[in-house]
Amino acid sequence: MARGRIRLRGGVVIFARLRALLGPSAVDRDTDNLPRATPESSETLALVCRIAHDEGWTMRIEGRGTWLPPDAPADLAVSTRALDAVVSVSPADLVATVQAGATLESVRRALGEQRMWLALDPPGRPERSLGSVAATATAGPLRQGFGPVRDHVLGCTVVTGDGRVVRAGGRVVKNVAGFDLAKLHVGGFGAFGIITELHLRLRAQPETDVTLVQRGPRDPLTRAARDLDEAGFTPAALELVSPALAAEPEWMLAVRLAGLTDGVRAEIAELSGSVAGPWQELPADRAAAFWALVARGAASGPVTLRLGVLGPGVDEAIDLVADALGEGLLAGGPAAGGLRWTGETDADRIRALRRALAAREIPLAVERAPWALRRAVGHFGAYREGVGPLAGRLRETFDPGHQLAVALDGDKSAGDP
Amino acid sequence: MTPSVLDALGRIVGPRWVRHRRAELTTYAMDGLPTHESLPGAVVVPGSRREVADVLRLLHVLGVPFVARGAGTGLSGGALADPDAVLIALTRLNRVLRVDATCRRAVVEPGVVNARLSEAVAPHGLHYVPDPSSQTACTVGGNVAENAGGPHCLKYGVTTNHIAQLDVVLPDGSETTLGSPHGEPWGPDLVGLFVGSEGMFGIAVEITVHLEPVPPAIRTMLAAFGSVRAASEAVSAVIAAGIVPAALEMMDQACVRAVEASIYAAGYPTDAAAVLLVEVDGRPAQVEAESAAVERLLRAHGAGSVLSASAAADRMRLWQGRKKAFGAMGRIAPDLAVQDAVVPRSALPDVLDQIGEIRDRHGLSISNVFHAGDGNLHPNISFDRRDADLAARVKQASKEIMAACVAAGGSITGEHGVGNDKMHYMPWIFDAESLGAMQAVRRVFDPAERSNPGKVLPAGSCREWRAAGSACGGAL
Repeated sequence: MARGRIRLRGGVVIFARLRALLGPSAVDRDTDNLPRATPESSETLALVCRIAHDEGWTMRIEGRGTWLPPDAPADLAVSTRALDAVVSVSPADLVATVQAGATLESVRRALGEQRMWLALDPPGRPERSLGSVAATATAGPLRQGFGPVRDHVLGCTVVTGDGRVVRAGGRVVKNVAGFDLAKLHVGGFGAFGIITELHLRLRAQPETDVTLVQRGPRDPLTRAARDLDEAGFTPAALELVSPALAAEPEWMLAVRLAGLTDGVRAEIAELSGSVAGPWQELPADRAAAFWALVARGAASGPVTLRLGVLGPGVDEAIDLVADALGEGLLAGGPAAGGLRWTGETDADRIRALRRALAAREIPLAVERAPWALRRAVGHFGAYREGVGPLAGRLRETFDPGHQLAVALDGDKSAGDP
Repeated sequence: MTPSVLDALGRIVGPRWVRHRRAELTTYAMDGLPTHESLPGAVVVPGSRREVADVLRLLHVLGVPFVARGAGTGLSGGALADPDAVLIALTRLNRVLRVDATCRRAVVEPGVVNARLSEAVAPHGLHYVPDPSSQTACTVGGNVAENAGGPHCLKYGVTTNHIAQLDVVLPDGSETTLGSPHGEPWGPDLVGLFVGSEGMFGIAVEITVHLEPVPPAIRTMLAAFGSVRAASEAVSAVIAAGIVPAALEMMDQACVRAVEASIYAAGYPTDAAAVLLVEVDGRPAQVEAESAAVERLLRAHGAGSVLSASAAADRMRLWQGRKKAFGAMGRIAPDLAVQDAVVPRSALPDVLDQIGEIRDRHGLSISNVFHAGDGNLHPNISFDRRDADLAARVKQASKEIMAACVAAGGSITGEHGVGNDKMHYMPWIFDAESLGAMQAVRRVFDPAERSNPGKVLPAGSCREWRAAGSACGGAL
């Protein structure tokens, strides 16, 4: 009780201090009544962090609150939602600069107007922020053709826990000047600072973009996906989707072909002739709805897990996950690898699954979960030998006062593998 | 280097693998860049990862700095060591340890030559994509250190996009594994951080790489243009059409003429102001559609002639002039300063004009051969380093070229690294805080700053960060 009273009083003080600093429009209260700063520039966000560092306040990082629940205990919340501008788009260079709070939807719209495309289809809702996508490195089915999130990030601006503004990478598509710090922040879950701006690599919109599907039991679909890959097809996406996630009675295998119309049409003809079918081509609106369903579905349970499994290992990994946690909402790449599971589970089951996967050299990241579970098992859990001290010292470097409430490696006393 | 250090090193690797006589050390005094030179204190050539770890543990105890070196083909002075440092040559660690064709992965030692790796996996219909021009000599370990690129990185990405896992020895001799076989980070993306760290975080002793299937169909096209600007516009048009060719390379007239006058003559048109080499690959139908579209776009943007080849021998002939361009320049002058910078693709014509102006003002011979698709320029300055005045003009012109690229919104290096050649340009593109962050990250891996000291980060330009959990955190 005493602690609760102190926090309440502190909350009032912090709220007043932030309002005096940022102005009333940039400070409000979060869903749990926590003071929430919504700075409009990297520099003002840095100011908040510097004061938090000096005062010893802890901070919860929020994007737009649609992916990770904004529930980490802290003295204040810092949200990037007011950093929502699409700063610049260069069609000739196929690069864009966006602020971290910009939504997927708004970025897609701004790019679409100029026939450009960010080839990322992360799980979650369209109003999810780009900063959240980068910080959690959550790629979707398009990773098959265009790689993981880090391949799309040319550079970023980050504010550290003690309020330093660091610029990593650049705005050109090829760049080896200095150490590649952007890699640390993409997928760092905010533990090494708050991403405030991103330089992104774009593609020209494909002339034709077609999705074909098959339904059936898992085994033949997995085989069909492997055959397609072995035959040298290079689809934009090739995803195996569980019945619950696809909202279908059976498993689905979806292949997305994008490129010049003549090439895509010829590939569809070859596909139907050479790789176990039958394939059903989805009309454009149904294809869009299907991929949106896969993306949204991944956020429809309280916990989302990501497995770094190789394509040929996806089948076995699905069995392992289904045995440990139930089939849930599940999607995986039989060629590109990677598996995402969404559903309800607890810390013990995640720890047990992590142990089973670690024996197969498969990392399991907790992409989304309520704070109590994140705290217990961490986004990453136990590291491989020797990595923990490096991760710890990196964290110490970018957040020396432990301002940022991020559960990177979980509760060590709980017997992680 | 004192006799006792040499003896201790000899006990680890065997005396014949420790070099300390001046004549022996001279071999290691330079890399591929003719403008920098330094004799290491000693050279040690370990024969196993165990020996690498033992050497690093010894040097850690003694507080001796070290520099890792592959084939010495680097172009930024990154593999040079000062007389107080031990140079660790990794050329004996040259085994392809495992190939997993099903998972398209190979595990290699750092001294494996880039092209040998592709040869080793060719029977499985696979290849290792990043293909620096030096690929017949450069090593995968060196590629990891520099995050090397190459012509085929436009579609498939640079080294960092092809490394899944790294077994590394840290500067204190401890060993750890970064990443996972899949490539998914196991914790923060330390593989991504390590690749391109220019040997300043430690030594990678086992490298797990992604392999790609050899595409079923490939077509190479060579197009001649009346101006560099027209060729640049053709490049933009191809990319804007949504086509990402496997490679999209440009050579200017000076470069084409150098090639055609050499034994590498490939039949390139010497009257063209610029030639583009475009390669598309994939399934046959896709290649058919894309090459037809590319040829249409090249002609629409003023290509006078377009040669096209699908058969391997014919394609190799078209590539020969590009791949051997650097060798061909050996005829022009004894030394070649191979520069490396990146500009936004849209800035290519203007920056190339500026490079021409810089060339004329300093009375130099510059030829351009570069990765046009991603705006990665290689202006090459032919000179004779025995001519001190000429060498000074080369240095000045290089600096002005870098400044022009940075002013256009570009970067000081796209694939060769910073090394000790470009350190002083770093403050042009990074503020003191961001340089300080790099230095602080380096100290996480190497608190005493003994691994490849004096590279990448210019002394005095990095804002000081508090050292994290380490005993040592002194200023540079």
